[in-house]
Amino acid sequence: MIDKLRADVMSTLEAVPSGATLAVGGFGSSGRPDTLLDALCDLGRGDFHLIVNNVGDDFTGVGRMLAEGRIRRLTASFPVLPEFYDEYFAGKVELELIPQGTLAERLRAGGSGIAAFFTPSGAGTMLADGTFPLRYTGDPVMAECMPVRETREFGGREHVLEYGIVADFALVKAFQGDRRGNLRFRLSARNFNPLAAMAGRRTFAEIQRLVEVDELHPDDIHLPGVFVDDVLLASDNSPKQPTIAGFL
Amino acid sequence: MTTTVRGLTREEMAKRLARDLHDGYVVNLGVGIPLLVPQFIPDDVEVILHAENGILGLGPAPVPELQDPDLTDAGKQPATLTSGAAIVDSATSFAIVRGGHLDVTVLGALQVSGDGDLANWYVPGKNPAVGGAMDLVAGAREVWVVMEHVDKRGRPKIVERCTFPLTGKRVVTRVYTDLAVFHSEGGRLRLKECAPGVSPGAVRERTAAGYAEDLESGMLPV
Repeated sequence: MIDKLRADVMSTLEAVPSGATLAVGGFGSSGRPDTLLDALCDLGRGDFHLIVNNVGDDFTGVGRMLAEGRIRRLTASFPVLPEFYDEYFAGKVELELIPQGTLAERLRAGGSGIAAFFTPSGAGTMLADGTFPLRYTGDPVMAECMPVRETREFGGREHVLEYGIVADFALVKAFQGDRRGNLRFRLSARNFNPLAAMAGRRTFAEIQRLVEVDELHPDDIHLPGVFVDDVLLASDNSPKQPTIAGFL
Repeated sequence: MTTTVRGLTREEMAKRLARDLHDGYVVNLGVGIPLLVPQFIPDDVEVILHAENGILGLGPAPVPELQDPDLTDAGKQPATLTSGAAIVDSATSFAIVRGGHLDVTVLGALQVSGDGDLANWYVPGKNPAVGGAMDLVAGAREVWVVMEHVDKRGRPKIVERCTFPLTGKRVVTRVYTDLAVFHSEGGRLRLKECAPGVSPGAVRERTAAGYAEDLESGMLPV
C-alpha cells in the first residue's frame, strides 16, 4: 500500500540537512508551508539556498527563517521584507533576483526534465547582462554579480537562456490531500506550489484537510501524488471551506 | 519651466485610460494609478482582470468579513473573484502573460524613452524587487504606461534614453500622462491628445524625447 502520510513533522523533516537547496511554494503568506518552514527552524537547520517567489511582509514562514539567519542564498522575484535587504547589503545573504514568470517556468522546467529554455523576459536588462549584484562584500564594493545570460534572437527578438531548477527538497502547502500524495489547492493559494513540488527531488506537502483516496475525483486533482513524497498535516487548519458565497 | 499648467488628476488619468479598454480585453493592472482604472470601466464593457499570482477575473477588494487568506491579489492584498473567474498556477499565469494572451498590461513608470524603453522596477541604491514586470512588458500585446508627465522635481519622465535600469527594451505602446496621450508607432512616439487646457507647446516643454505630433482631435472632457 502506498502511504505517504507521516504522523510526525519533526522526525520527518530530520531528513533535511543544513546547506540544502529548498524550493518553497506560496505567494506571501498565501499557500506558504509554514508548518514545514517552522519545523526546519525548530530543528536548528540553516545555511539554506531558498527558492521562493517572495519573502512576505513579516517574520513568519520565510521571514522567520531569514530573521534567524538560516538563509545563505535567496532566489526570488520580490523579496520586499526590509530586513532581508539589510542582510543583503551587509553581505550576509545572496540574492539571485529573477523575473517572476521566469522563476515559475524554471521550477516547472526542472521538474519536467527540461534543462533550459529561452525567454524574452529580462532581455536587455541588468538581470541578464551580468551587472546585478548577487553578493555584496561590504559597502560600497560589490563582490560578485549574477552571471551574464546567454542570448539568442528568435523572430527578431532577443531571448535569454534560463536553466531549469531542481531542488534537493521542496516544501509545499495544499488544501486537500490523500495518503497517495494527490493534492488539491484552494483559490490563489495554488500559485507556486505545484511548480515547487515538481522541482523537488524529495517533496514534502503539508495539507489542511486529509481526505480518503478516491474522495478527490481524478479530474479534480491539481497535482498527482507522483510529485509528492511525504504528506503532513498543517498545524493551521483555519481557512474556510470554499463556498460560492464566500468568494464571489 | 516658465509656465504653469494644470493637467489631469490621478483619477482623471485612470478614467481617460479606461475609455480605451475594449469589451473582451484581458488586462493586467500594476500598482498605483493603474489600480484606479477598474472603477471607470463602464458596465457594458466586460474586461477580464489578470493577477500574476494566478487569477483571471479579479474583482474588487472584499469587505472585511469576506476576506480569505487563500484569495489575494498580486500585491498580497485580500481579493475577490468576478463571475466566470478562473484560477491557475504561477507557470500558467505567466504562460498567459508571455504567450501573448494578455491584451494590455497597464503599468506605472519611472521613465519611458522615445523609442519605447521602460524603466519602472528599480532605483539603484534602493531595495531591488522585480516581480512580474519584466514578463508583463515582454509578453503583453500592448504595454500602456500611466504616469505623471514629470517627476516630483519637475524633470521630464519621457526621455531620450532611460537613466534608470530598464524593465524592457522597446516595449511601450502607449503613454497616458496628466498632460497628454502618446502612441508608439514604429519605435517612435506620436502625440495623439493633449489634456483639456494643455497646449502642445506645454507638452513639448516638459518632454525630453523627440516625437511627432499627430493630434487628430483634442482630448474629450474626462
